[in-house]
Amino acid sequence: MTEFTQEFVVGHINYWLFIVLMMTGLYIVVAKGNLVKKIVGLNIFQTAVFMLYISMGKISGGTAPVFPIDMNIDPDVAYSNPLPHVLILTAIVVGVATTSLALALVIRIREEYGTIEEEGVLAADRSIARVEEKEHGEVMGGPV
Amino acid sequence: MRSLFAVVMLSGVFSLLSALLFVTLDAVDVAFTEAAVGAGISTVLILGTLALTSRYERPSKRSNTIPLLVTFVTGAALFYGTLDMPNLGDPNAPAQTHVAPGYLLQSPHEIDVPNVVTAVLASYRGYDTLGETAVVFTAAVGVLLLLSGLSRRRRRKPKGDT
Repeated sequence: MTEFTQEFVVGHINYWLFIVLMMTGLYIVVAKGNLVKKIVGLNIFQTAVFMLYISMGKISGGTAPVFPIDMNIDPDVAYSNPLPHVLILTAIVVGVATTSLALALVIRIREEYGTIEEEGVLAADRSIARVEEKEHGEVMGGPV
Repeated sequence: MRSLFAVVMLSGVFSLLSALLFVTLDAVDVAFTEAAVGAGISTVLILGTLALTSRYERPSKRSNTIPLLVTFVTGAALFYGTLDMPNLGDPNAPAQTHVAPGYLLQSPHEIDVPNVVTAVLASYRGYDTLGETAVVFTAAVGVLLLLSGLSRRRRRKPKGDT
């Protein structure tokens, strides 16, 4: 069983704060009906994951992984881990690509349904299904 | 908050603050990108969407119990997962001792670029960056296909609620 000493709590509080942030994003995505708000929530979730990765690369007393310009590297200087930074740089750019695609979908949904609320879209879908069932119900096996 | 404009502005502020956090965590390149892309481009894109759709959220009557339950269960599972993690800033964590020292030691001789992040991004993992540009290109094509003819369709039915 893990002991919650002060050192343990201070060393792990970053993970816990990022989990709180991540769950805030998840809650917005699940609970809010507005599609733009859902996308903002997804962005919050994403940024929390970025923070989690970056904090794993941090070394206490270390500095940014950039060498002096004359490349005279002091062996005593500790550099933070550059690999999470590279990973997250790629993830940020991919994230904005997915965000823009999602926003384009929202614009199309608004054009077709006249609303950007999830409830409105579902109601429109249900009424379309009801009309289709009335027209083609017998062919498809009778009204449900 | 019903005003989506305020939501977007606050998310931009959040992005900027997270860029500051990245600076304190020694990730200066990530902070640059987050400030430019997260706080800049994302905010502009969402504002453009608001201009094309609507600015206010309609109040909804959905219940919050199931989403709250889902988030608490997921959060508890993630919390359980962090109990094995090394402390923040621990120099002997597995992530710091496996391959990262190799990159830090060899990139001055092999690549000769002062910024190790650039060396890894553009040289060691250049193919990944190529794949990333492919993803961005695909997304751009998707956005163009989704939005092409938007203004034409709008002009055809001026009575619509757009």
